[in-house]
Amino acid sequence: MATAKETILWRVRRATRDVPEGERPEDVRVERGYRKEGDGARDDIVARFAEHVAEYEATVHRVAEDGLPARIAQILQKRGLEILVVPPLLPEAWIPEGVEVLRDAAGPRLTNEELDEAGGVLTGCALGIAQTGTIVLDAGPGQGRRALTLLPDYHLCVVREEQVVDLVPEAFAKLEETVRGEGRAVTFISGPSATSDIELNRVEGVHGPRALEVLIVG
Amino acid sequence: MTPKTKPPDAFSPGQTPTFEVSARESLRDAQLRRNLGKATQTIRRKRTVAVEEMPDWEELREAGRALKERTLRHLDKYLLQLEESVTRAGGVVHWARDADEANRIIAGIAREKGAEEVVKVKSIATDETKLNEHLEAQGIHAFETDLAELIIQLAGENSSHILVPAIHKNRAEIRELFLRELDVEELSDEPKDLTNAARLYLRKKFLGAKVGISGANFAVAETGTVSVVESEGNGRMCTTLPPVLVTLMGIEKIIPAWRDFEIFMQLLPRSSTAERMNPYTSFWTGVSGEAGDGPQEFHLVLLDNGRTDVLADEIGRQTLNCIRCSACLNVCPVYERTGGHAYNSVYPGPIGAILTPQLVGIGKPGSDSLPYASSLCGACYQVCPVKINIPEVLVHLRGKVVRHKQDKGTLRQKLDPENAAMQAMARTFSDPKLYERAQRLARVGQLPFARGGRITSLPGRLAGWTAVRDLKPIPEQSFREWWKEERG
Ligand code: SF4
Repeated sequence: MATAKETILWRVRRATRDVPEGERPEDVRVERGYRKEGDGARDDIVARFAEHVAEYEATVHRVAEDGLPARIAQILQKRGLEILVVPPLLPEAWIPEGVEVLRDAAGPRLTNEELDEAGGVLTGCALGIAQTGTIVLDAGPGQGRRALTLLPDYHLCVVREEQVVDLVPEAFAKLEETVRGEGRAVTFISGPSATSDIELNRVEGVHGPRALEVLIVG
Repeated sequence: MTPKTKPPDAFSPGQTPTFEVSARESLRDAQLRRNLGKATQTIRRKRTVAVEEMPDWEELREAGRALKERTLRHLDKYLLQLEESVTRAGGVVHWARDADEANRIIAGIAREKGAEEVVKVKSIATDETKLNEHLEAQGIHAFETDLAELIIQLAGENSSHILVPAIHKNRAEIRELFLRELDVEELSDEPKDLTNAARLYLRKKFLGAKVGISGANFAVAETGTVSVVESEGNGRMCTTLPPVLVTLMGIEKIIPAWRDFEIFMQLLPRSSTAERMNPYTSFWTGVSGEAGDGPQEFHLVLLDNGRTDVLADEIGRQTLNCIRCSACLNVCPVYERTGGHAYNSVYPGPIGAILTPQLVGIGKPGSDSLPYASSLCGACYQVCPVKINIPEVLVHLRGKVVRHKQDKGTLRQKLDPENAAMQAMARTFSDPKLYERAQRLARVGQLPFARGGRITSLPGRLAGWTAVRDLKPIPEQSFREWWKEERG
């Protein structure tokens, strides 16, 4: 008896009998006439990123490189954060004194319960997209596994100016290597989680972190 | 929580009522119409803004359409490539000829893991296969984790909108439901408080679940990457926390390469929630192994369940372009008035009117009535991000329904004037030149024949058609002009 796979493939081939024998996929023309790269000035791109992130009800700060550690400490203190989750390979200088730090590492991984009870997480990112105000995480250094930025109720994310691209296609181009090579998971975050399910009223923070704060450095 | 049986729909065994009968019921529900009117108007207005921000929107639509065409014409090749890349990345691929086979595969995995509960992120494919009912019968309870899905699951109802399934419920109704079902004592009817109650209830479920179940928005043949596009974070929870993840996807959800996301991740959010980007999108490639990021086991179930029949129809094929954005629902004058339930299908609105009858097959009175649930105004075609010519497919399906009736029918049915008229329509619509002429003809000709805003008779080839059903007048301007003025 034919397997499900054989049957489905047979059905697909029968259904596409109208496709000429010799036709290859690339013979079906795909006109990619859309924008692939922005042509804006660097400053404008970063400014647009900041503006678009803020429009999602995330808090955005801009800070110079040398002021970063102090600013992180100040923000966390103001929030009254007690337990901070830290991913592997986050720059040590970023981690402030005076909070309890939960480090995730390859050996003793933090449990989901520990993450759930932690007040917040501090990470870097892979990219920012100005066009859409999106932060991209790819489980790389200073970002960690996905659960780290999912269970704590607060996410503070550091984005370097040079990490910000203008348009969506630039981001997918930059991520291609990571995905093809190591197959690391990629997460796009555009503002805190939200729902409009009740009478179309927007409510922030359904299942992810209820607050997202972004520090743009450069 | 007591499991409730949902009312049957086109994908359940047995028959469903016709659209006309169900629509009449919906039209009597004033609350429903108020909720729906408010919701669709809001989304419509926002979508226009989000799309107008994009100077290259038309280029993106065309690229999306063409890429889907390429994929569908060579689907066998892409399916095999997907299987290979998912397997290479440490995932397991299953093939399911129909709903029952898909359900059995998924239930088998859950049973093997000893799971009595599973957490689910909204997936219309699993609604189509009636997975929850199947699992329940095996003693496995599936928790819906989208706020709206949770609401309708608790209420034992069917979704009325692809994107906002609980669009027909207001806050007071939701509060009562939560008080009754979620074990909370005090609760206001503020959306914020209602949402928080759901968050607390579901967080426990996420942390305890052994198996997560999801649908997929896209799967990349080249890399094996699967993606879930969402707003609430429950998609991330379901695809990250449980040690085992099972994803059910229709075979048409494939895209060829990673880079193709650059098209669809621009088209989908703006068409769907009218945002520049939705809050969360997860892209995962098999399992992470050593890195311990996400599930240790990943199963991808590829579902046919009638899709190859849609593929076989050269006009109907474009239906499989659909990326389930729900833009066509929000602009549809018929949907706006009747709501989703009248379609008796997990796929409501214009897309449902063409997808459902093709998936279940022509010859069932309920779903055969769906291609008629349209005034052919063309609004759906104009907003569709992958350029599905919905009116064309509607008319084509009307022709098929009629031909089917004729083949099966009695002499009296064969002489039915509707049949002849629909065949003429079908011919007209399958030829662009004839179609344009007919539109012009109708536009010029409609004035003397219109009565009370309805066209009651038409001259020439279309005459037989209006003898049986009223046509909505064809707008004097093109739809685009009208759209800008009316809703812009
Ligand atoms: S048919 Fe087009 S507009 Fe309707 S849901 Fe599908 S993709 Fe969106």
